Amino acid sequence: MSVKQISVFIENKKGQLAEVTRYIAEHDVNLRALSVGDTQDFGILRIICENPDSAMEVLQKAGYLTMMTDVLATAISDEPGSLAAILEVLAEADVAVEYTYAFLSAKSGAYMIFRVDDNQKAAAALAGVGIKTVDQAELF
Amino acid sequence: MANYFQPEVECASHEEIRAIQNEKLVKQVKRVYENVEYYRNLMNEKGVTPDDIKSIDDLHKLPFLTKADLRDAYPYGLLGTDLKNCVRIHSTSGTTGRRVVAFYTQKDIELWEDCCARAIVAAGGNDEDVCQVAYGYGLFTGGFGINGGSQKVGCLTLPMSSGNTERQIQFMQDLHATILCCTPSYAAYLGESMKEMGITPDDIDLKAGIFGAEPWTEEMRRDIEKSLGIKAYDIYGLTESTGPGVAFECEEQSGMHINEDHFLAEIIDPETGEVLPEGSKGELVFTNLDKEGFPLIRYRTRDICILSRKKCSCGRTLIKMTKPMGRSDDMLIIRGVNVFPSQIEAVLIKSGYSVNYLIEVDRVNNTDTLDVSVELTPEQFSDRVRDLAAQEKMLANNMKIMLGINPKVHLVAPKSITRSEGKAVRVIDKRKLHD
Repeated sequence: MSVKQISVFIENKKGQLAEVTRYIAEHDVNLRALSVGDTQDFGILRIICENPDSAMEVLQKAGYLTMMTDVLATAISDEPGSLAAILEVLAEADVAVEYTYAFLSAKSGAYMIFRVDDNQKAAAALAGVGIKTVDQAELF
Repeated sequence: MANYFQPEVECASHEEIRAIQNEKLVKQVKRVYENVEYYRNLMNEKGVTPDDIKSIDDLHKLPFLTKADLRDAYPYGLLGTDLKNCVRIHSTSGTTGRRVVAFYTQKDIELWEDCCARAIVAAGGNDEDVCQVAYGYGLFTGGFGINGGSQKVGCLTLPMSSGNTERQIQFMQDLHATILCCTPSYAAYLGESMKEMGITPDDIDLKAGIFGAEPWTEEMRRDIEKSLGIKAYDIYGLTESTGPGVAFECEEQSGMHINEDHFLAEIIDPETGEVLPEGSKGELVFTNLDKEGFPLIRYRTRDICILSRKKCSCGRTLIKMTKPMGRSDDMLIIRGVNVFPSQIEAVLIKSGYSVNYLIEVDRVNNTDTLDVSVELTPEQFSDRVRDLAAQEKMLANNMKIMLGINPKVHLVAPKSITRSEGKAVRVIDKRKLHD
């Protein structure tokens, strides 16, 4: 099971992030998680939202450079070492983690998003130790 | 007191110069017609034969050569003599597709070095001087050309080549260099570095500098003169014609004397190709009167300037050209290297990018900077920062290979580069190079 993440290219200029998030809000996109990877020149805004296909359309219409990527999401317990445990499993399975970020959901606690080089391999490795990956619907 | 290297030419009357030019031109056109098929074809197309050229008044009948011709004829198409008679090759700065490869016979080199020697003597040089040559040595004409001229004058020649600033300053001090030859931006950089090291103009023996290979302003000249405690002289040249020494400044510092016994100059209207009268602003065109290896006739330099025969206080009668006031094409000179936007475009196309880009050139701490903003395309976009950083690096590397200088590449959002009339604005040159 995986989750659809939208990436948006933004230039590293004042107000760019505000502009795109304002735009998303105005189009009733319900954001659940967000992270930004950046360099001196540009940033890549990654978002998890309720209706990724329509959100993607909205962004593209506005001229944003976007792409959809399947990422893994897992619930994570609120105790020390739980993230380390997951990362160790992935490392042992020889899965490379490109980036990861966390978010909280009011009804069901903390989640981690993992962008890995091989979703299937990663999901199987996590399932092997009883860690479930969740789908889009479960996050909302 | 004025000094000349070859006063019989440098101070010849206009009639004498004309006579030399007439004789040489007639011979040169015959020789080129016989030896250079490429130019013979151009002449035939225009219906001109060597018999039509009886004096320099007939020059306008001859066809032009442009950079495009040089590209078409690369590498041997414009060779004027057997390769076995040539002893050296020089080339313009590493520009694939735009590269100019010029051939020199021993005589070509002798005459070129004479021209450089005239420039050094005009800057006050003699056999008691120590001449520090900080132009690059290699395919670039700067180092070797000035080096040869310096030796002809009898200067103790320091072939430093470019770079290694600390060593430049150390040798300048320890070996008592009196004349510095390099690009004006490097001269300014040396001046600043010295200041940082606590070395004042009084601590060095420099008296003159001969600076060229890139545009510079009067303001920059005054700065360099102050920071190095010297008189700064301009020098002009191009690989197509020979290299530095096509024209040089005298102590009057008001335009450069063209070595017109070797390089016949015209000013034309860049639009129509029509020859303009003396004093008009237009494109500079050169005819090599002596060159054997690479004899270009009516080569369009694309440099815009004005020619003048007004009497010069230095006593030289050689015609003077102003510092180039601009270009009639889109060529940029960045760190002494010729850069065409089309080369950057070629790299982008080859790398799968759109040709919406912006070139920004600036001068920071006397060093030219080149920044290229490139619109990212959906195909190149990635959710991973390192993929995009790698794209920037790849584009910068490919541009470095194409241009010979390192640009900074910035990926920007699609449609973010300003367009006027639908076309992206390609170049912003923030350097104030022309007064």
